[in-house]
Amino acid sequence: MKNHDNHISSYSLNLTVLLTLLILTTISILAIKFYLGAFTVAIALIIASVKAGIVLTYFMHLKFENLLLRLMVMGVFLLFAIVIVITFIDYYFR
Amino acid sequence: MSTTEHSEYIDSDTGKLGMWLFLFTELFLFGGLFIVYAVMRSKYSNDFHQAALELNAFIGATNTVVLLVSSMTVAMSLTAIQQNRPNLAIGLLLITLILAGVFMMNKYFEWGHKFSLHLYPGSDVMKTLPHGEIMFFGLYFMMTGLHAIHVIIGGVLLIIVIFKLKSGKINQEHYLLHENGALYWHLVDLIWIFLFPLLYLIT
Repeated sequence: MKNHDNHISSYSLNLTVLLTLLILTTISILAIKFYLGAFTVAIALIIASVKAGIVLTYFMHLKFENLLLRLMVMGVFLLFAIVIVITFIDYYFR
Repeated sequence: MSTTEHSEYIDSDTGKLGMWLFLFTELFLFGGLFIVYAVMRSKYSNDFHQAALELNAFIGATNTVVLLVSSMTVAMSLTAIQQNRPNLAIGLLLITLILAGVFMMNKYFEWGHKFSLHLYPGSDVMKTLPHGEIMFFGLYFMMTGLHAIHVIIGGVLLIIVIFKLKSGKINQEHYLLHENGALYWHLVDLIWIFLFPLLYLIT
């Protein structure tokens, strides 16, 4: 009934998370501007995934949620990864 | 004790779980488009390179910063209501709405520029482009457009939260709608985190 057991994130934690996200954004922009190699897409996707992980963990409070919810979120992302892999297997080997 | 109290029972854990289940469907809604993007990019990498140069990375980066900051203000507004400071929560949500407005203004100018160059699905200029570039612009309009619709829906949701904060229906004890509204707004941010590098940064 009440949300008493919920964790309260402090303002300073939220600010720290934002600054981390902004730094990662800057890194990804610089990495792609100055390094136009074969790994550009991979670098951009890895940094984006780290940012997404930070948003899920701290802004969306997954760090403080129960295990069931955390496992569900992980399971859905795993499912999505499998769908991508299967799509590409189908695409390259048909 | 009484039946009225029973009817007001709110199971916030289940309510939040329901919101997450909905967010999963949203993930696959955009996920499908990301898969189309991935396959088309590997098939027409040169066309995608050419077409991506048309996009303004500066506007994309600006909107990234705007959305990230708005995500923080939403998270802070939830902290504020948990600490029983409804006015601070409302203020932070109003800042979020202003940032959403800035995002949509940038989008308006960005799309307006594309339309002035006759780069929109079905235009005469578009028909002369190579197939891969048509695919890129189609995906660009579809993905950013669908995302912009989500920004508008999220904004409306936050306006409802503001009114309920004002009337006291959302308070330190009951803030499930506020929490779910915040989750939706973070999802909007989450999707943009992937859209920005894929459409604007990688050329």
